[in-house]
Amino acid sequence: MNPLTPDPGLIFWMVLSFGVVFFLLAKFGFPVIVKAINERKEFIEMSLLSAKQANERLANIQAESEKLLSDAKAQQKDIIASAMQEKKQIVQAAQDEAQAAADQMIEEARQSIQAEKERALQDVRKEVASLALDIAEKVIGERMKDDAIQRKTIEQIIDEL
Amino acid sequence: MGFAAPLRASEKLDVSKLIFEHLGDSYEWHIVEGAVIPLPCILIGDGSMEVFMSDRLEHGATYKGYHIAEEGDYEGKIVTATGERPFDISITKNVLELFIVCILICSVVLGVARWYRKNGSKKAPGGFVGMMEAVVDFLDKDVAKESIGHGYERFSPYLMTVFLFILTSNLLGLLPVFPGGANLTGNIAVTMTCAVTAFIAINFFAPKEYYKSIFWPDVPIFLKAPLPIMPVIEFIGVFTKPFSLTVRLFANIMAGHIIILALTSVVFITAEMGEGLCASMTVVSVLFCIFMNCLELLVAFIQAYVFTILTANFIGLAHNE
Repeated sequence: MNPLTPDPGLIFWMVLSFGVVFFLLAKFGFPVIVKAINERKEFIEMSLLSAKQANERLANIQAESEKLLSDAKAQQKDIIASAMQEKKQIVQAAQDEAQAAADQMIEEARQSIQAEKERALQDVRKEVASLALDIAEKVIGERMKDDAIQRKTIEQIIDEL
Repeated sequence: MGFAAPLRASEKLDVSKLIFEHLGDSYEWHIVEGAVIPLPCILIGDGSMEVFMSDRLEHGATYKGYHIAEEGDYEGKIVTATGERPFDISITKNVLELFIVCILICSVVLGVARWYRKNGSKKAPGGFVGMMEAVVDFLDKDVAKESIGHGYERFSPYLMTVFLFILTSNLLGLLPVFPGGANLTGNIAVTMTCAVTAFIAINFFAPKEYYKSIFWPDVPIFLKAPLPIMPVIEFIGVFTKPFSLTVRLFANIMAGHIIILALTSVVFITAEMGEGLCASMTVVSVLFCIFMNCLELLVAFIQAYVFTILTANFIGLAHNE
């Protein structure tokens, strides 16, 4: 048998079986597999993309929260600073007020002391005048009349003393 | 590759006959000496069809006017009493092997497709389905899409079918026992049919420009008129492409089978030349056979790939000219 002569019977069966196999596989086999592979490829690409987006969003959120935190910290610092300021002012005001009150009280005390002193002086003067009169009466031996002229004279004398 | 020829001390070993017996077709399937599977013979001659098992024709017997020719052009084939050949569509060894290959690739591919129908596209397959996916994806993207470009989807199922068919036939051909052992892709009828399908895929779906480039190519006018030198060359080229596909696959596989058979025959040839020589040559033969089988395993893949990628390239050329 010559191996270069194709056998018609084998060609017949080959055409028939190859045709059937090709029909079956091209209709029910390969397209299903290729479609599934492509779909899965798309699915994976989509998943990667959405994962990337989620990551970006997460990074954004992180940056945002960091910004918020630093803002809050700055605000806190401001508040504390202004509170300190206010405290200082209040203390200062209280001190001023207290000082003023104290000053006033001291002033009043001084005034009343002054008035007291004046009065006491007045009393002392009166006492001295009457004492002087008494002394003078005794010295002169006669009861001097307690009239105004005499008194005036004595007062003049005291002033001169 | 089963050794079909009976070896008896009295018989003179005819190596070339043994090799060609293996390479050719037969009406029965020898597994080992004594274990022969008879196969159905289907013959159409004189307007009537005869179907019977091949063991009726054993040892030159005649059945319903048919017998196996001992010599002549139709040596080893069923002929009528007058030596004529009927239309012989018997289920021979090669046809049975062809059926086995077809059932194998159909069940494999449809089984894999069923996995995808069941599991959808969200799950990744493992094991055998994963391997088949890699093969299918490779043929789809790296062979069909790469070579054909736009509109490749129409051709990729054909390319996958032809790749799997040739690969499975090549690999089964390397198995020495049933269900392997037939020489399917080393048979010119098979490779020719494959090439004819490639011819159809290349030419029957090509755009107008492809036919214009054949019959009125873009060359200086004196090359196409009055003597149509270039059109003739281009037209011949249309047929040399599938012809080269036919011969390349057929010759490669057949050559591999011949070498392995010849190396194995060394054992039996040297058997007559003394025990020492036979023993040493047996070692050499076995070592060479192992080497050749590894090489043929490689060739099985390479030839399937080459046939597929060349067909894809020819289709691509026809579409993008």
